[in-house]
Amino acid sequence: MSDKKLDLGSWVNDVVQHLLDNYSGAFDSVGGVVSGFSEGIEQLLMLPPAWLLIAIFVGLGLWRIGARFAGFTAVSFILIVMTGFWEQTVVTLGLTFSSTLISLLLGIPLGIWAANSERVSLTIRPILDFMQTMPAFVYLIPAAMLFGLGRVPGIIATVIFAMPPAVRLTNLGIRQVNKEIIEAGQSFGCNSRQLLFKVQLPNAMPSIMAGVNQTIMMALSMVIIASMVGAGGLGNDVLASIQRLDIGLGFESGMAVVLLAIILDRITESFGTKQTQARGGLFGWFNAKLQRQ
Amino acid sequence: MQSGKIVVKNLYKVFGPQPQEAIDLLKQGWSKDKILAEKGAVIGVSDVSFSVEEGEIFVLMGLSGSGKSTLIRLINRLIEPSAGDVFIDGQNVAKLPKAQLIDLRRRDMSMVFQSFALMPSRTVLDNAAFGLEVAGKGRKEREQRAMQVLEQVGLASFAHKYPHELSGGMQQRVGLARALAVDPSMIIMDEAFSALDPLKRREMQDVLLELQKTHRRTIIFVSHDIEEAMRIGSRIGIMEGGRLVQVGTPQELIDNPANDYVRNFFDTVDTSRYLTAGQLKADSVPLYVHNGRAPDTLKVCQELQAQDKHYAFIVDEDNRFCGSISLEKIALLVEEGRHKSLEPELLKHIDPVPEDLPLEQVIERLVINEGPIPVIDQHGHYCGAISKGRLLTRLQGESHE
Ligand SMILES: Nc1ncnc2c1ncn2[C@@H]1O[C@H](COP(=O)(O)OP(=O)(O)OP(=O)(O)O)[C@@H](O)[C@H]1O
Ligand SMILES: [Mg+2]
Repeated sequence: MSDKKLDLGSWVNDVVQHLLDNYSGAFDSVGGVVSGFSEGIEQLLMLPPAWLLIAIFVGLGLWRIGARFAGFTAVSFILIVMTGFWEQTVVTLGLTFSSTLISLLLGIPLGIWAANSERVSLTIRPILDFMQTMPAFVYLIPAAMLFGLGRVPGIIATVIFAMPPAVRLTNLGIRQVNKEIIEAGQSFGCNSRQLLFKVQLPNAMPSIMAGVNQTIMMALSMVIIASMVGAGGLGNDVLASIQRLDIGLGFESGMAVVLLAIILDRITESFGTKQTQARGGLFGWFNAKLQRQ
Repeated sequence: MQSGKIVVKNLYKVFGPQPQEAIDLLKQGWSKDKILAEKGAVIGVSDVSFSVEEGEIFVLMGLSGSGKSTLIRLINRLIEPSAGDVFIDGQNVAKLPKAQLIDLRRRDMSMVFQSFALMPSRTVLDNAAFGLEVAGKGRKEREQRAMQVLEQVGLASFAHKYPHELSGGMQQRVGLARALAVDPSMIIMDEAFSALDPLKRREMQDVLLELQKTHRRTIIFVSHDIEEAMRIGSRIGIMEGGRLVQVGTPQELIDNPANDYVRNFFDTVDTSRYLTAGQLKADSVPLYVHNGRAPDTLKVCQELQAQDKHYAFIVDEDNRFCGSISLEKIALLVEEGRHKSLEPELLKHIDPVPEDLPLEQVIERLVINEGPIPVIDQHGHYCGAISKGRLLTRLQGESHE
């Protein structure tokens, strides 16, 4: 078939085929869980009327950032509604949220593990580099082969692409906690669980939150690309505009993506940087929960 | 076994591969530098033995890298010892199983840090209650106790603030409150006041000393400030290159420094404060013995005038101080011609001071007393005199040394 000396590509094909032949049951059940989870989230977002969802975002913007940003959020969403992209935007939002949640659910514990073990940290570093630098849509092919077309391979590929910052920044955040603060925890008799929940995680929270922010942003960019395997949402319109060379459609759908990205970025970022000394806010609440454990 | 609240015996800490080999080489007389160069092992603490008494403040001093922080962390085992024993109340902490170690840390020891090491996301109250929370005490109980210790350090009104809202000095009060809250019998303090400016540092030393008055705890305090060490320490241990080179009271270290390294520490300090009557005394006052017969008035008068002295001291045959008399008075007696000899009732009685009386009290005595004051040794024998002039010369000499 080819005159290459080393046909890595066909090996990968073989591996995927092998997985498919022998473990299709496992993939089906993973696919089922992911699909159910993401559909649940999407329905949750569809549940309130558009104005309510918009009001929630505007409220978040007002609380976390300020009146000007709240105004920007309102105008952005109204623009999206008026250009007729609201539904796709909600689908994209749902895909982004479910991919992000799965990424965090996997990434944060992995980051904690890496922070406490030099070996794990050294092992996962090249894997994370690989996951992040591989052109994003390359994941789509095996994902689509293993899970079929639709939202599931899209989410799986997105999780792979978006998880590294969560792992990295959790690991980094925990490692960067002031040595004497760790010693304070130990010297007052923390066991390893108390040290994690009362000392390491609360003090690593700004860094972890930065990881959450990056994960969300990467997830958003990836779910757009994932429309290539039929994940749906705004990506469909972007894809269609490319295929049809429809500049107008491309501009409108692209603008919706950009506005959504700005809103998500600013809001999640505010949880990490603002009030790192944490009192109110989701961050503070989260922190307090952790410590009370 | 040596007694004491904390007894450290032949303690070693080697950072790097094969600590045991490095220890063997140390015992064979290899130097720290040679072991680092050839074996790649850093000697943190080398063959340290000492004991800390119940209720004392023991200060560890030494240049940067001499192993102070390592040594105190071996005591509460934040760092695992490479060899040796640490007994706390007779229990060998170095060999304690993990669970018991955690229990001991929760119950009976705590630590105060140079960088304060407060949790930024906790209020002052929650920080102070940290140890109790870790030990599993209920919210009400721990907050009550935390409030109590915050009151002791004068921070009760800041209980609901966050650490970043407090000044450095106040933050370290929180650090101290956190350490006190668990009511430990011993506290380890690693340069606890070093990050504070001199004024705040003194203030915190006072807080600590005040707390010690009401409830004595055993404290190991690392410092690089000799003034601080002498102010709060009942004893000082000096570390050099991982070894404990000398342990003693400030007085002992000033009087008999083991080597130049130790002496250098006291170079910059005004050691005059630590002078005692014994070190200040001199034979500057002419002495006459009342050996059954009182000294002759005229003779004493002439001799004093000849030597340009203003006072004479009289002792008995056992060398016990009888009294002093001024040249003025003698001259008057000679003029009157009634007293041929200096009978005891003519003398002015002065309470002699013991040799170990500190400078401060010597000065007090000199202020209320017109002439020189007599010094006696521990057997009650007269051994010298201190005059105002003598004191001033001596103090000037000290500051020029
Ligand atoms: N984790 C470690 N790994 C390797 N070497 C260490 C480690 N911790 C300390 N050391 C070395 O052990 C020696 C003693 O360090 P230590 O921190 O106890 O000194 P110190 O007296 O507290 O100094 P300072 O006044 O600077 O705080 C130093 O040479 C230091 O480099
Ligand atoms: Mg130190």
